[in-house]
Amino acid sequence: MNWYGIKAIYIHEMERFRRTLFQSLASPIITTSLYFVVFGSAIGSRITEIDGINYGSYIVPGMIMLTILTQSISNASFAFYFPRFTNTIYEILAAPLSSFEIVLGFVGAAASKSLIIGCVIILTANFFVDVRIDHPLLMMFFLILTSITFALFGFIIGMYAEGFEGLQIIPILIITPLVFLGGSFYSINMLPEFWQKISLLNPVLYLISGFRYSFYEVSDVSLLTSTLTILTILIGCIIFITYTFSKGYIIKD
Amino acid sequence: MKNILEINNVTKFYKNSVKALENVNLDIKEGEIFALLGPNGAGKSTLINSICGIVNFNTGSIKINNMDIVKNYRTTRKITGIVPQELNLESFETVWNNVNYSRGLFGKKPDHSYIEKLLKQLSLWDKKDNKIKELSGGMKRRVLIAKALSHEPKLLFLDEPTASVDVELRKDMWDVVKKLNEDGVTIILTTHYIEEAEELSDRVAVINDGKIILVDDKDKLIKKLGEKTIKIELFEPIEKINGNLSKYNFTLDQTNKIISHTYNLNSNTTDITELLNDVKKDGYKIKDINTEQSSLEEIFIKLIQENNNELVRN
Repeated sequence: MNWYGIKAIYIHEMERFRRTLFQSLASPIITTSLYFVVFGSAIGSRITEIDGINYGSYIVPGMIMLTILTQSISNASFAFYFPRFTNTIYEILAAPLSSFEIVLGFVGAAASKSLIIGCVIILTANFFVDVRIDHPLLMMFFLILTSITFALFGFIIGMYAEGFEGLQIIPILIITPLVFLGGSFYSINMLPEFWQKISLLNPVLYLISGFRYSFYEVSDVSLLTSTLTILTILIGCIIFITYTFSKGYIIKD
Repeated sequence: MKNILEINNVTKFYKNSVKALENVNLDIKEGEIFALLGPNGAGKSTLINSICGIVNFNTGSIKINNMDIVKNYRTTRKITGIVPQELNLESFETVWNNVNYSRGLFGKKPDHSYIEKLLKQLSLWDKKDNKIKELSGGMKRRVLIAKALSHEPKLLFLDEPTASVDVELRKDMWDVVKKLNEDGVTIILTTHYIEEAEELSDRVAVINDGKIILVDDKDKLIKKLGEKTIKIELFEPIEKINGNLSKYNFTLDQTNKIISHTYNLNSNTTDITELLNDVKKDGYKIKDINTEQSSLEEIFIKLIQENNNELVRN
């Protein structure tokens, strides 16, 4: 293993995060605060509790998941696309690094950034509502696994994107709607039966549900299903990247 | 001297089926400076990118230090460095971070004293904390060289190292290249500046349309393909060339005072002693004699034209 190489990519990416620390953290903090103002105050005055949990507290796991998903994807896709755009990718391709090591460096950094942001959101949420974490280890398990999985997904986007616009299409058109419709701000039990069934087709629902369980021991679907879902997406991303590399690595063609 | 690089029958197609390299065969000796010449789009960059692992090639094999670059990519890439043609650098990073990052990528333990020495050698030490965007084009080119040398490679590829740089900096770069070579680094440079190849290289290859059309020692190449022109300046103008001189295909310049004869260095058709005797016999008084040898550039243009004509015929 080229540990120095992996470390170089990781530190290089984290250094970019440090350089843009204010905007990296300010954006999720402001967004979270706005969600609390809009959803917590406006809607929360009408919906006081869901499954016995105060509405403001109930939406915290969903908000964290929304940020983790979008940040992991955008961090990883941008991190890999940017050197392609500036042509500095030549150095990574010419280095004695395996595909796995390249992915590890980029995805590791993107997931780390998301984790930091996730923790900042939990702290921010504490200023607005009481946040209880019944199963901290399970919460960290979901947080880490989701960050890694969606950073891998972002890496795939970074590999295939043909422009900065391409980096935004999937997060905006697919991920954000899935998160909003995946029970971030409500329980699917509040929906009519038909829409409950439709919601069960949304994989993000399982991630949010499992994550919420680690906070308040309430969920729309079983914990096992949630865990299997996130593992399936993770394995799917790994298989896709492995397949792309085995076909000859799109960047080198 | 042993070969540090062996390229055998390498062919590369791009996605759009454009053939970039066709059955390229080339051996590079350890310690030499080798120039790869060719017009734009000839395949120079594709060839060095294939060797460095930046693009995949379709068929053939490439060995560095007798090791296949695909199977033993870790070992072969550790001893290889590349300076790209474009100034591809992270603008917001400092020189110091940029160069240390490169060393890390190539699996080398951090060595700040080596990087310090390297930056001093390349006159970059006082700029080490500057961001790349604050540097001039010439400085950026030096940073690229520092990055390529950060992991102490034995084989260095310079892709158009002096493209878009002024004459002074070009000479400066040549000194850097010569110094690196003296320190034991084998250098392969691609260029379309013939004077660069003429100044620096031991051997030269000419590539056109993805094919290597010639490989030879630079001096031998000039000698083998070069033409020489003898120019004789006379004291008195003459109206036309006749007498003994008519057998030499002399041309007369506009002043009617300088007669020129071009001959190939390889052929024995021109005996200079006899030629000068004939000038004397015809009663001309010689004021000055000058000879000019064809440059690598003229040879290169001739080769490319011949090759293009052949391609059209086929």
